[in-house]
Amino acid sequence: MLIEVDNVTHIYNDENNVTALKKINLEIDNGEFIGIVGHTGSGKSTLVQLFNGLIIPSSGAVKVNGKNITDEKTNLKETRRHVGLVFQYPEHQLFEETVYKDIAFGPKNLGLSEEEIETRVNEVMGLVNLDYEEFKDRSPFNLSGGQQRRVAIAGVLALKPDVLVLDEPSAGLDPQGRKRLADLLRYLYHELEMTLILISHRMEEIAELSSRVIVMHNGEIVLDGSPKEVFAREQKLHQLALDLPQITEIMHRLKDRGLKVETDLFSLEKASEEILNRLRGCEKC
Amino acid sequence: MLTDITIGQYMARDSIIHALDARIKIIITAILIIALFTIDTFSGFGFFSIFILIVIFLSKISFLKVIKGLKPILFLIILTLFIHIFLTKGGDILWSWRFISIESEGVYTGFFMVSRIFILILFTSLLTLTTSPLQLTDGIEYILTPLKRFGVPASELSMMMTIALRFIPTLLEEAEKIMKAQQARGADFESGNLIQRAKSLVPLLVPLFISAFRRADDLALAMESRCYRGGEGRTRLHELEYRYYDFIALIIVIIMAVTVSFF
Repeated sequence: MLIEVDNVTHIYNDENNVTALKKINLEIDNGEFIGIVGHTGSGKSTLVQLFNGLIIPSSGAVKVNGKNITDEKTNLKETRRHVGLVFQYPEHQLFEETVYKDIAFGPKNLGLSEEEIETRVNEVMGLVNLDYEEFKDRSPFNLSGGQQRRVAIAGVLALKPDVLVLDEPSAGLDPQGRKRLADLLRYLYHELEMTLILISHRMEEIAELSSRVIVMHNGEIVLDGSPKEVFAREQKLHQLALDLPQITEIMHRLKDRGLKVETDLFSLEKASEEILNRLRGCEKC
Repeated sequence: MLTDITIGQYMARDSIIHALDARIKIIITAILIIALFTIDTFSGFGFFSIFILIVIFLSKISFLKVIKGLKPILFLIILTLFIHIFLTKGGDILWSWRFISIESEGVYTGFFMVSRIFILILFTSLLTLTTSPLQLTDGIEYILTPLKRFGVPASELSMMMTIALRFIPTLLEEAEKIMKAQQARGADFESGNLIQRAKSLVPLLVPLFISAFRRADDLALAMESRCYRGGEGRTRLHELEYRYYDFIALIIVIIMAVTVSFF
Protein backbone atom coordinates (compact mmCIF):
# COMPACT_ATOMS: atom_id res chain seq x y z
CA MET A 1 0.00 0.00 0.00
CA LEU A 2 1.50 3.32 -1.06
CA ILE A 3 -0.45 5.80 1.01
CA GLU A 4 -2.65 4.94 3.95
CA VAL A 5 -4.74 7.52 5.74
CA ASP A 6 -6.03 6.16 8.98
CA ASN A 7 -8.85 7.88 10.83
CA VAL A 8 -7.51 11.37 10.20
CA THR A 9 -9.21 14.46 11.55
CA HIS A 10 -7.79 17.89 10.94
CA ILE A 11 -8.88 21.12 12.56
CA TYR A 12 -7.23 24.34 11.44
CA ASN A 13 -5.72 26.05 14.41
CA ASP A 14 -6.91 29.60 13.87
CA GLU A 15 -9.74 31.84 15.02
CA ASN A 16 -12.47 29.96 13.17
CA ASN A 17 -11.22 26.46 14.07
CA VAL A 18 -12.53 24.99 10.85
CA THR A 19 -12.74 21.22 10.80
CA ALA A 20 -11.24 20.54 7.38
CA LEU A 21 -11.22 16.74 7.57
CA LYS A 22 -13.46 14.43 9.57
CA LYS A 23 -12.27 10.91 10.33
CA ILE A 24 -10.91 10.19 6.87
CA ASN A 25 -9.92 6.64 5.98
CA LEU A 26 -8.28 6.15 2.61
CA GLU A 27 -5.90 3.75 0.92
CA ILE A 28 -4.06 4.53 -2.27
CA ASP A 29 -2.32 1.79 -4.21
CA ASN A 30 0.68 1.90 -6.50
CA GLY A 31 -0.31 2.69 -10.07
CA GLU A 32 -3.65 4.31 -9.40
CA PHE A 33 -4.77 7.51 -11.05
CA ILE A 34 -7.02 9.18 -8.54
CA GLY A 35 -9.26 12.10 -9.30
CA ILE A 36 -10.51 14.11 -6.34
CA VAL A 37 -13.56 16.30 -6.78
CA GLY A 38 -15.60 18.40 -4.40
CA HIS A 39 -16.59 22.03 -4.19
CA THR A 40 -14.48 24.75 -2.60
CA GLY A 41 -13.84 24.14 1.08
CA SER A 42 -14.59 20.43 0.95
CA GLY A 43 -11.12 19.55 2.25
CA LYS A 44 -9.45 18.40 -0.97
CA SER A 45 -6.38 20.59 -0.67
CA THR A 46 -5.97 19.76 3.00
CA LEU A 47 -6.20 16.06 2.22
CA VAL A 48 -3.42 16.09 -0.37
CA GLN A 49 -1.12 18.13 1.83
CA LEU A 50 -1.27 15.29 4.34
CA PHE A 51 0.44 12.99 1.87
CA ASN A 52 3.83 14.68 2.11
CA GLY A 53 3.65 15.99 5.62
CA LEU A 54 3.02 19.65 4.85
CA ILE A 55 0.07 19.38 7.18
CA ILE A 56 0.34 17.23 10.27
CA PRO A 57 -3.21 16.17 11.15
CA SER A 58 -4.78 16.97 14.52
CA SER A 59 -5.41 13.26 15.04
CA GLY A 60 -4.97 10.01 13.14
CA ALA A 61 -2.07 8.61 11.16
CA VAL A 62 -0.76 8.88 7.61
CA LYS A 63 1.55 6.22 6.23
CA VAL A 64 3.60 6.57 3.07
CA ASN A 65 5.35 3.41 1.88
CA GLY A 66 4.56 1.90 5.27
CA LYS A 67 6.29 4.70 7.14
CA ASN A 68 4.23 6.70 9.57
CA ILE A 69 4.85 10.32 8.62
CA THR A 70 2.75 11.74 11.43
CA ASP A 71 5.41 10.46 13.77
CA GLU A 72 7.66 13.34 14.83
CA LYS A 73 10.84 11.41 14.24
CA THR A 74 10.17 10.78 10.55
CA ASN A 75 12.38 12.63 8.12
CA LEU A 76 9.82 14.60 6.13
CA LYS A 77 12.35 15.64 3.52
CA GLU A 78 12.68 11.98 2.59
CA THR A 79 8.90 11.64 2.30
CA ARG A 80 8.65 14.73 0.13
CA ARG A 81 11.02 13.17 -2.34
CA HIS A 82 8.55 10.30 -2.83
CA VAL A 83 5.42 12.39 -2.96
CA GLY A 84 5.64 15.39 -5.29
CA LEU A 85 3.05 18.10 -4.87
CA VAL A 86 2.13 20.67 -7.50
CA PHE A 87 0.14 23.46 -5.86
CA GLN A 88 -2.53 25.66 -7.39
CA TYR A 89 -0.96 28.25 -9.65
CA PRO A 90 2.48 26.67 -9.28
CA GLU A 91 4.00 29.40 -11.48
CA HIS A 92 3.73 31.71 -8.46
CA GLN A 93 6.63 29.92 -6.78
CA LEU A 94 9.19 30.47 -9.55
CA PHE A 95 12.09 32.50 -8.24
CA GLU A 96 15.35 31.75 -10.04
CA GLU A 97 17.06 33.74 -12.77
CA THR A 98 16.85 30.99 -15.35
CA VAL A 99 14.50 28.16 -16.14
CA TYR A 100 17.34 25.70 -15.65
CA LYS A 101 18.16 26.93 -12.13
CA ASP A 102 14.53 26.90 -11.09
CA ILE A 103 13.95 23.34 -12.19
CA ALA A 104 17.27 22.35 -10.59
CA PHE A 105 16.17 23.74 -7.21
CA GLY A 106 14.48 20.52 -6.10
CA PRO A 107 17.22 18.10 -7.22
CA LYS A 108 19.82 20.41 -5.64
CA ASN A 109 17.99 20.20 -2.34
CA LEU A 110 18.22 16.42 -2.64
CA GLY A 111 22.00 16.83 -2.82
CA LEU A 112 22.46 15.30 -6.27
CA SER A 113 25.58 15.72 -8.38
CA GLU A 114 25.77 18.39 -11.10
CA GLU A 115 25.65 15.83 -13.93
CA GLU A 116 22.68 14.04 -12.41
CA ILE A 117 20.88 17.38 -12.01
CA GLU A 118 21.59 18.29 -15.62
CA THR A 119 20.26 14.99 -16.98
CA ARG A 120 17.15 15.34 -14.83
CA VAL A 121 16.46 18.91 -15.93
CA ASN A 122 16.96 17.92 -19.54
CA GLU A 123 14.64 14.96 -19.10
CA VAL A 124 11.77 16.77 -17.38
CA MET A 125 11.92 19.71 -19.75
CA GLY A 126 11.41 17.18 -22.50
CA LEU A 127 8.45 15.74 -20.59
CA VAL A 128 6.69 19.07 -20.31
CA ASN A 129 7.50 19.91 -23.92
CA LEU A 130 9.95 22.75 -23.40
CA ASP A 131 12.99 22.73 -25.66
CA TYR A 132 16.07 22.41 -23.43
CA GLU A 133 18.47 24.53 -25.48
CA GLU A 134 15.91 27.19 -26.22
CA PHE A 135 14.55 27.69 -22.71
CA LYS A 136 17.21 26.71 -20.19
CA ASP A 137 18.86 30.16 -20.01
CA ARG A 138 15.74 32.24 -20.26
CA SER A 139 14.22 33.98 -17.26
CA PRO A 140 11.08 32.17 -16.11
CA PHE A 141 9.40 35.54 -15.64
CA ASN A 142 9.49 36.36 -19.33
CA LEU A 143 7.58 33.25 -20.35
CA SER A 144 3.87 33.01 -21.08
CA GLY A 145 1.54 31.81 -18.32
CA GLY A 146 1.24 28.33 -19.81
CA GLN A 147 5.00 27.98 -20.21
CA GLN A 148 5.57 29.20 -16.65
CA ARG A 149 3.23 26.55 -15.38
CA ARG A 150 5.07 23.87 -17.33
CA VAL A 151 8.36 25.04 -15.83
CA ALA A 152 6.84 24.84 -12.36
CA ILE A 153 5.48 21.33 -12.96
CA ALA A 154 8.88 20.31 -14.32
CA GLY A 155 10.40 21.61 -11.08
CA VAL A 156 8.37 19.07 -9.14
CA LEU A 157 8.85 16.26 -11.66
CA ALA A 158 12.62 16.73 -11.35
CA LEU A 159 12.36 15.24 -7.87
CA LYS A 160 11.33 11.99 -9.59
CA PRO A 161 8.53 11.30 -7.14
CA ASP A 162 6.69 7.97 -7.03
CA VAL A 163 3.43 9.82 -6.51
CA LEU A 164 2.57 13.10 -8.17
CA VAL A 165 -0.20 15.17 -6.65
CA LEU A 166 -1.61 18.04 -8.68
CA ASP A 167 -3.96 20.60 -7.18
CA GLU A 168 -6.05 22.18 -9.94
CA PRO A 169 -3.25 22.11 -12.50
CA SER A 170 -5.48 23.23 -15.37
CA ALA A 171 -6.97 26.31 -13.67
CA GLY A 172 -6.57 29.36 -15.88
CA LEU A 173 -5.13 27.49 -18.86
CA ASP A 174 -6.51 27.85 -22.37
CA PRO A 175 -7.96 24.78 -24.15
CA GLN A 176 -4.65 24.02 -25.82
CA GLY A 177 -2.80 24.26 -22.50
CA ARG A 178 -5.34 21.93 -20.90
CA LYS A 179 -4.95 19.41 -23.68
CA ARG A 180 -1.15 19.50 -23.34
CA LEU A 181 -1.48 18.96 -19.61
CA ALA A 182 -3.85 16.02 -20.08
CA ASP A 183 -1.38 14.48 -22.55
CA LEU A 184 1.43 14.90 -20.02
CA LEU A 185 -0.58 13.27 -17.25
CA ARG A 186 -1.55 10.40 -19.54
CA TYR A 187 2.09 9.89 -20.45
CA LEU A 188 3.23 9.94 -16.82
CA TYR A 189 0.55 7.45 -15.90
CA HIS A 190 0.77 5.01 -18.78
CA GLU A 191 4.41 5.20 -19.83
CA LEU A 192 6.26 6.10 -16.63
CA GLU A 193 3.78 4.24 -14.42
CA MET A 194 3.59 7.00 -11.87
CA THR A 195 0.83 7.10 -9.30
CA LEU A 196 -1.16 10.27 -9.89
CA ILE A 197 -3.57 12.21 -7.74
CA LEU A 198 -5.46 14.97 -9.49
CA ILE A 199 -7.70 17.58 -7.93
CA SER A 200 -9.93 19.29 -10.45
CA HIS A 201 -13.21 21.09 -10.88
CA ARG A 202 -13.43 19.92 -14.45
CA MET A 203 -15.36 16.68 -14.39
CA GLU A 204 -14.45 15.93 -18.01
CA GLU A 205 -10.79 15.89 -17.05
CA ILE A 206 -11.38 13.60 -14.10
CA ALA A 207 -13.66 11.24 -16.00
CA GLU A 208 -11.33 10.92 -18.94
CA LEU A 209 -8.07 10.51 -17.08
CA SER A 210 -8.53 8.87 -13.74
CA SER A 211 -8.97 5.24 -12.76
CA ARG A 212 -10.66 6.06 -9.47
CA VAL A 213 -12.74 9.01 -8.37
CA ILE A 214 -13.09 10.32 -4.84
CA VAL A 215 -15.82 12.81 -4.06
CA MET A 216 -15.40 14.98 -0.99
CA HIS A 217 -17.97 17.04 0.84
CA ASN A 218 -17.55 19.00 4.07
CA GLY A 219 -14.35 17.19 5.03
CA GLU A 220 -15.70 13.71 4.37
CA ILE A 221 -15.33 11.22 1.55
CA VAL A 222 -18.84 10.69 0.25
CA LEU A 223 -18.21 8.66 -2.91
CA ASP A 224 -15.25 6.52 -3.89
CA GLY A 225 -15.09 4.24 -6.91
CA SER A 226 -14.36 3.95 -10.61
CA PRO A 227 -15.48 6.88 -12.80
CA LYS A 228 -18.34 4.70 -14.07
CA GLU A 229 -19.58 3.96 -10.58
CA VAL A 230 -19.23 7.51 -9.28
CA PHE A 231 -20.73 9.29 -12.27
CA ALA A 232 -23.65 6.88 -12.30
CA ARG A 233 -24.73 8.48 -9.03
CA GLU A 234 -26.23 11.41 -10.86
CA GLN A 235 -28.70 12.40 -8.14
CA LYS A 236 -26.15 12.28 -5.35
CA LEU A 237 -23.73 14.47 -7.32
CA HIS A 238 -26.39 17.02 -8.11
CA GLN A 239 -27.36 17.05 -4.47
CA LEU A 240 -23.72 17.91 -3.61
CA ALA A 241 -23.88 20.72 -6.17
CA LEU A 242 -21.40 18.94 -8.44
CA ASP A 243 -21.73 18.53 -12.17
CA LEU A 244 -21.50 15.43 -14.29
CA PRO A 245 -19.05 15.43 -17.18
CA GLN A 246 -20.82 17.20 -20.05
CA ILE A 247 -20.96 14.08 -22.20
CA THR A 248 -22.47 12.01 -19.40
CA GLU A 249 -24.96 14.77 -18.68
CA ILE A 250 -26.10 14.71 -22.31
CA MET A 251 -26.47 10.95 -22.28
CA HIS A 252 -28.55 11.15 -19.12
CA ARG A 253 -30.82 13.75 -20.66
CA LEU A 254 -31.22 11.74 -23.86
CA LYS A 255 -32.18 8.76 -21.78
CA ASP A 256 -34.71 10.83 -19.85
CA ARG A 257 -36.29 11.79 -23.17
CA GLY A 258 -36.66 8.17 -24.18
CA LEU A 259 -33.57 7.32 -26.21
CA LYS A 260 -32.25 4.12 -24.68
CA VAL A 261 -28.52 4.93 -24.51
CA GLU A 262 -25.83 3.84 -22.11
CA THR A 263 -25.03 6.72 -19.76
CA ASP A 264 -21.60 5.71 -18.48
CA LEU A 265 -19.61 7.19 -21.34
CA PHE A 266 -17.05 9.96 -20.95
CA SER A 267 -15.46 10.51 -24.33
CA LEU A 268 -16.98 12.31 -27.26
CA GLU A 269 -16.15 9.53 -29.73
CA LYS A 270 -17.76 6.77 -27.72
CA ALA A 271 -20.81 8.87 -27.00
CA SER A 272 -21.42 9.80 -30.63
CA GLU A 273 -20.96 6.18 -31.64
CA GLU A 274 -23.47 5.08 -29.01
CA ILE A 275 -26.03 7.68 -30.09
CA LEU A 276 -25.64 6.76 -33.76
CA ASN A 277 -26.00 3.07 -32.97
CA ARG A 278 -29.19 3.68 -31.02
CA LEU A 279 -30.65 5.89 -33.72
CA ARG A 280 -29.86 3.34 -36.42
CA GLY A 281 -31.22 0.61 -34.20
CA CYS A 282 -34.46 2.53 -33.92
CA GLU A 283 -34.76 2.99 -37.65
CA LYS A 284 -34.70 -0.75 -38.04
CA CYS A 285 -37.37 -1.34 -35.43
CA MET B 1 3.27 29.70 11.99
CA LEU B 2 3.53 33.06 10.29
CA THR B 3 -0.09 33.95 10.78
CA ASP B 4 0.33 33.70 14.56
CA ILE B 5 2.01 37.10 14.79
CA THR B 6 -0.18 39.26 16.97
CA ILE B 7 1.78 42.34 18.10
CA GLY B 8 -0.96 44.82 18.80
CA GLN B 9 -3.44 43.17 16.45
CA TYR B 10 -6.90 44.66 16.80
CA MET B 11 -9.27 42.71 19.03
CA ALA B 12 -12.91 43.72 18.74
CA ARG B 13 -14.69 44.11 22.09
CA ASP B 14 -17.65 46.10 23.29
CA SER B 15 -15.91 48.40 25.75
CA ILE B 16 -15.63 52.05 26.65
CA ILE B 17 -11.99 52.06 25.58
CA HIS B 18 -12.92 50.72 22.13
CA ALA B 19 -15.66 53.28 21.82
CA LEU B 20 -13.36 56.25 22.36
CA ASP B 21 -12.71 58.37 19.31
CA ALA B 22 -9.57 57.29 17.45
CA ARG B 23 -8.22 60.87 17.32
CA ILE B 24 -8.59 61.24 21.08
CA LYS B 25 -6.88 57.91 21.61
CA ILE B 26 -3.93 58.94 19.47
CA ILE B 27 -3.62 62.27 21.28
CA ILE B 28 -3.89 60.52 24.65
CA THR B 29 -1.15 58.10 23.67
CA ALA B 30 1.08 60.97 22.59
CA ILE B 31 0.50 62.86 25.85
CA LEU B 32 1.24 59.78 27.91
CA ILE B 33 4.42 59.01 25.97
CA ILE B 34 5.69 62.49 26.74
CA ALA B 35 4.64 62.10 30.37
CA LEU B 36 6.42 58.77 30.52
CA PHE B 37 9.70 60.43 29.57
CA THR B 38 9.38 63.05 32.30
CA ILE B 39 9.20 60.34 34.96
CA ASP B 40 12.46 59.77 36.78
CA THR B 41 11.46 57.58 39.72
CA PHE B 42 10.20 54.02 40.04
CA SER B 43 7.15 55.19 42.01
CA GLY B 44 6.17 57.16 38.90
CA PHE B 45 6.29 53.96 36.87
CA GLY B 46 4.23 52.24 39.56
CA PHE B 47 1.57 54.90 39.34
CA PHE B 48 1.62 54.64 35.54
CA SER B 49 1.30 50.85 35.62
CA ILE B 50 -1.76 51.04 37.84
CA PHE B 51 -3.33 53.39 35.33
CA ILE B 52 -2.55 51.00 32.46
CA LEU B 53 -3.99 48.07 34.41
CA ILE B 54 -7.22 49.98 34.84
CA VAL B 55 -7.31 50.74 31.10
CA ILE B 56 -6.72 47.06 30.25
CA PHE B 57 -9.49 46.09 32.66
CA LEU B 58 -11.86 48.60 31.06
CA SER B 59 -10.98 47.40 27.55
CA LYS B 60 -12.27 43.88 28.38
CA ILE B 61 -9.22 42.32 26.70
CA SER B 62 -7.69 39.64 28.89
CA PHE B 63 -4.48 40.74 30.56
CA LEU B 64 -2.74 37.55 29.44
CA LYS B 65 -3.47 38.26 25.78
CA VAL B 66 -2.02 41.75 26.06
CA ILE B 67 1.16 40.42 27.65
CA LYS B 68 1.43 37.59 25.14
CA GLY B 69 1.45 40.10 22.32
CA LEU B 70 4.60 41.60 23.80
CA LYS B 71 6.61 38.41 23.38
CA PRO B 72 8.41 39.59 20.21
CA ILE B 73 9.99 42.54 22.08
CA LEU B 74 11.32 40.35 24.88
CA PHE B 75 14.66 40.18 23.10
CA LEU B 76 14.90 43.97 22.94
CA ILE B 77 14.13 44.25 26.64
CA ILE B 78 16.71 41.68 27.68
CA LEU B 79 19.32 43.24 25.41
CA THR B 80 18.72 46.70 26.88
CA LEU B 81 18.98 45.31 30.38
CA PHE B 82 22.30 43.59 29.68
CA ILE B 83 23.85 46.53 27.88
CA HIS B 84 23.09 48.81 30.80
CA ILE B 85 24.14 46.37 33.48
CA PHE B 86 27.53 45.75 31.90
CA LEU B 87 28.33 49.04 30.25
CA THR B 88 26.91 51.81 32.43
CA LYS B 89 29.48 52.72 35.09
CA GLY B 90 29.17 54.57 38.36
CA GLY B 91 28.23 53.91 41.97
CA ASP B 92 29.42 50.91 43.98
CA ILE B 93 31.08 47.96 42.32
CA LEU B 94 28.83 44.97 42.94
CA TRP B 95 30.75 42.26 41.11
CA SER B 96 33.79 42.15 38.92
CA TRP B 97 35.81 39.60 36.97
CA ARG B 98 38.89 40.66 35.01
CA PHE B 99 37.77 43.63 32.92
CA ILE B 100 34.04 43.02 33.35
CA SER B 101 32.35 44.70 36.24
CA ILE B 102 28.81 45.39 37.32
CA GLU B 103 28.21 48.64 39.12
CA SER B 104 25.12 49.75 41.01
CA GLU B 105 24.41 52.65 38.71
CA GLY B 106 24.27 50.24 35.76
CA VAL B 107 21.79 47.93 37.47
CA TYR B 108 19.61 50.87 38.42
CA THR B 109 19.53 52.46 34.93
CA GLY B 110 19.13 49.02 33.39
CA PHE B 111 15.94 48.29 35.25
CA PHE B 112 14.80 51.87 34.87
CA MET B 113 15.14 51.81 31.08
CA VAL B 114 13.54 48.40 30.82
CA SER B 115 10.51 49.54 32.81
CA ARG B 116 10.23 52.57 30.56
CA ILE B 117 10.40 50.55 27.33
CA PHE B 118 8.03 47.95 28.70
CA ILE B 119 5.39 50.49 29.72
CA LEU B 120 5.85 52.42 26.47
CA ILE B 121 5.22 49.40 24.28
CA LEU B 122 2.49 48.04 26.51
CA PHE B 123 0.62 51.32 26.25
CA THR B 124 1.07 51.87 22.53
CA SER B 125 0.04 48.26 21.86
CA LEU B 126 -3.16 49.04 23.75
CA LEU B 127 -3.88 51.71 21.17
CA THR B 128 -3.74 49.25 18.28
CA LEU B 129 -5.43 46.50 20.29
CA THR B 130 -8.50 48.63 20.88
CA THR B 131 -8.67 50.65 17.65
CA SER B 132 -9.46 49.06 14.32
CA PRO B 133 -6.87 49.82 11.62
CA LEU B 134 -9.44 51.75 9.64
CA GLN B 135 -10.35 54.03 12.52
CA LEU B 136 -6.70 54.44 13.29
CA THR B 137 -5.79 55.65 9.82
CA ASP B 138 -8.86 57.88 9.74
CA GLY B 139 -7.74 59.35 13.04
CA ILE B 140 -4.23 59.96 11.76
CA GLU B 141 -5.62 61.61 8.67
CA TYR B 142 -7.71 64.01 10.78
CA ILE B 143 -4.77 64.85 12.97
CA LEU B 144 -2.56 65.50 9.96
CA THR B 145 -5.18 67.59 8.13
CA PRO B 146 -3.94 70.95 9.47
CA LEU B 147 -0.52 70.10 8.06
CA LYS B 148 -1.94 69.91 4.54
CA ARG B 149 -1.28 73.63 4.31
CA PHE B 150 2.42 72.87 4.51
CA GLY B 151 2.23 70.30 1.78
CA VAL B 152 1.83 67.13 3.88
CA PRO B 153 -0.23 64.70 1.76
CA ALA B 154 -2.42 63.62 4.68
CA SER B 155 -5.11 61.69 2.80
CA GLU B 156 -2.56 59.95 0.57
CA LEU B 157 -0.58 58.92 3.63
CA SER B 158 -3.64 57.50 5.30
CA MET B 159 -4.70 55.71 2.10
CA MET B 160 -1.23 54.17 1.93
CA MET B 161 -1.50 53.02 5.51
CA THR B 162 -4.97 51.58 5.01
CA ILE B 163 -3.77 49.62 2.00
CA ALA B 164 -0.64 48.42 3.78
CA LEU B 165 -2.66 47.20 6.75
CA ARG B 166 -5.23 45.60 4.49
CA PHE B 167 -2.57 43.52 2.74
CA ILE B 168 -0.70 42.23 5.77
CA PRO B 169 -2.91 39.15 6.24
CA THR B 170 -3.06 38.55 2.48
CA LEU B 171 0.70 38.58 2.16
CA LEU B 172 1.15 36.39 5.22
CA GLU B 173 -1.20 33.85 3.71
CA GLU B 174 0.68 34.05 0.43
CA ALA B 175 4.01 33.61 2.22
CA GLU B 176 2.75 30.50 3.92
CA LYS B 177 1.56 29.06 0.63
CA ILE B 178 4.87 29.71 -1.14
CA MET B 179 6.74 28.31 1.83
CA LYS B 180 4.78 25.08 1.56
CA ALA B 181 5.32 24.87 -2.17
CA GLN B 182 9.09 25.27 -1.76
CA GLN B 183 9.12 22.77 1.09
CA ALA B 184 7.45 20.34 -1.25
CA ARG B 185 10.49 20.81 -3.48
CA GLY B 186 12.79 19.99 -0.60
CA ALA B 187 13.53 23.51 0.64
CA ASP B 188 14.51 23.68 4.27
CA PHE B 189 13.60 26.82 6.22
CA GLU B 190 14.18 25.48 9.69
CA SER B 191 17.71 24.16 10.00
CA GLY B 192 21.23 25.42 9.32
CA ASN B 193 23.17 28.38 10.62
CA LEU B 194 22.17 32.01 10.26
CA ILE B 195 23.68 32.50 6.80
CA GLN B 196 22.16 29.29 5.43
CA ARG B 197 18.80 30.29 6.82
CA ALA B 198 19.02 33.75 5.30
CA LYS B 199 19.88 32.18 1.96
CA SER B 200 17.02 29.74 2.21
CA LEU B 201 14.65 32.71 2.35
CA VAL B 202 15.41 33.69 -1.26
CA PRO B 203 12.98 31.11 -2.74
CA LEU B 204 10.33 32.56 -0.43
CA LEU B 205 11.02 36.28 -0.81
CA VAL B 206 11.39 36.51 -4.59
CA PRO B 207 7.94 35.05 -5.37
CA LEU B 208 6.47 37.06 -2.51
CA PHE B 209 7.80 40.35 -3.89
CA ILE B 210 6.64 39.47 -7.38
CA SER B 211 3.15 38.74 -6.16
CA ALA B 212 3.14 41.94 -4.09
CA PHE B 213 4.01 43.97 -7.18
CA ARG B 214 1.38 42.15 -9.19
CA ARG B 215 -1.22 42.88 -6.53
CA ALA B 216 -0.16 46.52 -6.40
CA ASP B 217 -0.60 46.81 -10.15
CA ASP B 218 -4.02 45.20 -10.02
CA LEU B 219 -5.11 47.37 -7.12
CA ALA B 220 -3.96 50.57 -8.84
CA LEU B 221 -5.93 49.60 -11.93
CA ALA B 222 -9.00 48.69 -9.90
CA MET B 223 -8.86 51.99 -8.02
CA GLU B 224 -8.43 53.96 -11.19
CA SER B 225 -11.29 52.20 -12.92
CA ARG B 226 -13.45 53.23 -9.98
CA CYS B 227 -12.33 56.83 -10.47
CA TYR B 228 -10.09 57.25 -7.45
CA ARG B 229 -8.49 60.67 -7.78
CA GLY B 230 -6.78 61.33 -4.47
CA GLY B 231 -8.12 62.55 -1.17
CA GLU B 232 -9.43 65.99 -2.22
CA GLY B 233 -13.09 66.25 -1.29
CA ARG B 234 -13.52 62.57 -0.46
CA THR B 235 -16.21 61.84 2.08
CA ARG B 236 -16.29 58.74 4.22
CA LEU B 237 -18.78 56.12 5.25
CA HIS B 238 -18.09 56.36 8.98
CA GLU B 239 -17.44 59.92 10.11
CA LEU B 240 -15.48 60.21 13.33
CA GLU B 241 -17.47 61.98 16.03
CA TYR B 242 -16.45 63.35 19.41
CA ARG B 243 -18.70 62.38 22.30
CA TYR B 244 -18.76 63.60 25.88
CA TYR B 245 -16.76 60.64 27.17
CA ASP B 246 -13.93 61.44 24.77
CA PHE B 247 -13.41 64.74 26.56
CA ILE B 248 -13.71 63.13 29.98
CA ALA B 249 -10.99 60.66 29.00
CA LEU B 250 -8.79 63.46 27.71
CA ILE B 251 -9.21 65.48 30.92
CA ILE B 252 -8.41 62.44 33.08
CA VAL B 253 -5.27 61.79 31.08
CA ILE B 254 -4.09 65.39 31.25
CA ILE B 255 -4.58 65.44 35.02
CA MET B 256 -2.73 62.14 35.22
CA ALA B 257 0.16 63.38 33.08
CA VAL B 258 0.55 66.51 35.19
CA THR B 259 0.46 64.51 38.45
CA VAL B 260 3.00 62.03 37.15
CA SER B 261 5.47 64.74 36.23
CA PHE B 262 5.65 65.69 39.94
CA PHE B 263 6.89 62.26 40.95
